[in-house]
Amino acid sequence: MARLTMREAISQALWEEMERDPDVFILGEEVGVWGGTYAVTKGFYDHFGAERVRDTPISEAAIVGAAIGAALTGLRPVAELMTINFAFVAMDHIVNEAAKLHYMFGGQMVLPLVIRTTSGGGRQLAATHSQTPDAIFAHFPGLKVVAPGTPADAKGLLKASIRSNDPVLFIEHATLYQTRGEVPEGDYIVPIGKSAIQRAGRDVTIITYSKMLEISMKAADQLAREGIETEIVDLRTLRPLDMEPVFDSIKKTNRAVIVEEGWKSYGVGAEVSARIYEQIFDYIDAPIRRVAQKEVPLPYNRTLEQMALPQVEDVIAAVKEVM
Amino acid sequence: MEKLEYLDLYQQMVVIRRLEEVAAELYQKGKIGGFLHLYIGQEAVSTGLISARRPEDRVITAYRDHGVAINCGISANEVMAELLGKVTGCSRGKGGSMHLADVSKNFWGGHAIVGAHLPIAVGLALGDVYKDRKAVTICMFGDGATNIGFLHEALNLSKVWNLPVLWVCENNQYGMGTAVERASAVSEIRQKACGYGMKNEAINGMDVIEVRETALRILEEIRNGSGPQLLEIDTYRFRGHSMGDPERYRKAEEVHQWQENDPIGIYRRYLIGREVATEAELNEQDGLAEQIVQKAVEFAEASPEPSPEELYAHVYVEE
Ligand SMILES: Cc1ncc(C[n+]2csc(CCOP(=O)(O)OP(=O)(O)O)c2C)c(N)n1
Ligand SMILES: [Mg+2]
Repeated sequence: MARLTMREAISQALWEEMERDPDVFILGEEVGVWGGTYAVTKGFYDHFGAERVRDTPISEAAIVGAAIGAALTGLRPVAELMTINFAFVAMDHIVNEAAKLHYMFGGQMVLPLVIRTTSGGGRQLAATHSQTPDAIFAHFPGLKVVAPGTPADAKGLLKASIRSNDPVLFIEHATLYQTRGEVPEGDYIVPIGKSAIQRAGRDVTIITYSKMLEISMKAADQLAREGIETEIVDLRTLRPLDMEPVFDSIKKTNRAVIVEEGWKSYGVGAEVSARIYEQIFDYIDAPIRRVAQKEVPLPYNRTLEQMALPQVEDVIAAVKEVM
Repeated sequence: MEKLEYLDLYQQMVVIRRLEEVAAELYQKGKIGGFLHLYIGQEAVSTGLISARRPEDRVITAYRDHGVAINCGISANEVMAELLGKVTGCSRGKGGSMHLADVSKNFWGGHAIVGAHLPIAVGLALGDVYKDRKAVTICMFGDGATNIGFLHEALNLSKVWNLPVLWVCENNQYGMGTAVERASAVSEIRQKACGYGMKNEAINGMDVIEVRETALRILEEIRNGSGPQLLEIDTYRFRGHSMGDPERYRKAEEVHQWQENDPIGIYRRYLIGREVATEAELNEQDGLAEQIVQKAVEFAEASPEPSPEELYAHVYVEE
């Protein structure tokens, strides 16, 4: 195993899949000559050439639309949307086309399509460029939504996404690219739709994903020093949502906190807590707490932005409330 | 034009240049965060263009907006304070570099989603027509923005409704690292207006006087009912797309060649050559610009941070 950054892990998965399958190709803004806005595809253009690493105009609707069309012909496009904020420009193609075609035409059409994008705030990019609207996309049946929190999962899940015959929205976090972790070499696959225990503990369950995994891990370290043992479940895939590890954990701890970066209203925490209440209500000893972004568009000012984003202290406070 | 007006154009251009050079330093020091898209090299475009507008004419642009903000009359103090995220900034520290605006000066903002402000410009113009106000909406955007659907919907609608909009494409040859000819089916961007039966022309954006005179003429035509028009203004950004651009997509020689056509240098030679101003007078203007920018930095640094309550202010108009 090598210690890789998230960027390296994602890049490696893409590279290996392109080497393995000539039908895999990349399209998006600045993916080629520039090497990717987040440098994920650095070196790809020189190695794989302009046919397979296709720079596009600033045309999100056409990027996703063309990727859908190419996927329908049997190719395996990996479309890159520079950030999830620009996915709104391509919303129709994501939710009305990609998520629907297989079902609506009675299973005739197959779209082995991946849309890679970045989500998350914390970089002072202000309201339109800092959103974490992951939950919105997980609303639509027909679309798979993956959002890894560790380099190993990023590699394994991206490979699984590229090999999947369903459209997958693959959400990377813009502030996790430098995060390091052990990553298995070679053909490492993490199945889509499986949550995982990232830390074992007996007192309380934190359910989280993506960047908030890192925040929750830090909170858990501090809580451990105070004698509170936290179990952390990383959802990894938002749709299809795997609740089994969550239920198993809560049956042991009887307490749950859900940590997400996006807004609380109609969010991941809302969905997860509803499923817990619906299905294992008897095991819950204290009202579930949700940690999420304050209900405001994110401001530019650094202090205000940090106030709005979930912090380690917020997670600690929420855990103490359920104890 | 009176001598003072000539000098005022010069002053605006050097204030923008100096303010951005200082902003780049403050960014390196970590005092400015987020994205910082510099306008250096393009100053003649907005300076010439905005000098031709009347106060009732509306202006809207993209995120590369420091120059436009200054030209629209936002003080260097308020621009710098916004860059530093202070409550005295024109957007109260909430918008940052990409989102400068001052509605009282009819500047309707920098907008950071490429092309998204073009349909909004249609609505601004519609509002004026609806209320019988004789005003033109000036909408500025980059070459890269001409490849997104928003532009095509907006141009078409403005023509269908015959609205008073001046569409201004600032063609600085690149959208991020993508050269115009790699992203656009036609390299001559003004041709895109033809598909909408819209009058169009292209001019040199390194010459502030050419930009101003063209804009004066076209704005007058639009005011007199010509309907929307598109003006392509050719220019070049001397710096990277934003801070930290590795600039692998262009050669240093290309940048140097354009820098020889520095719009400030061209205008200096024009003013001296026509004996509008002496070298010494222009140097004095440079000194004044330096003072304005230094004062702006002092003002911004001394200004308070927004209070925590600001986080929740302005989500809605009503509680
Ligand atoms: C819809 C959308 N897609 C992508 C981006 C990222 N982006 C920001 S600026 C830019 C290039 C724009 O180029 P151009 O319109 O020529 O303006 P310039 O930066 O040259 O002034 C891109 C791709 C964005 N902000 N919005
Ligand atoms: Mg451009």
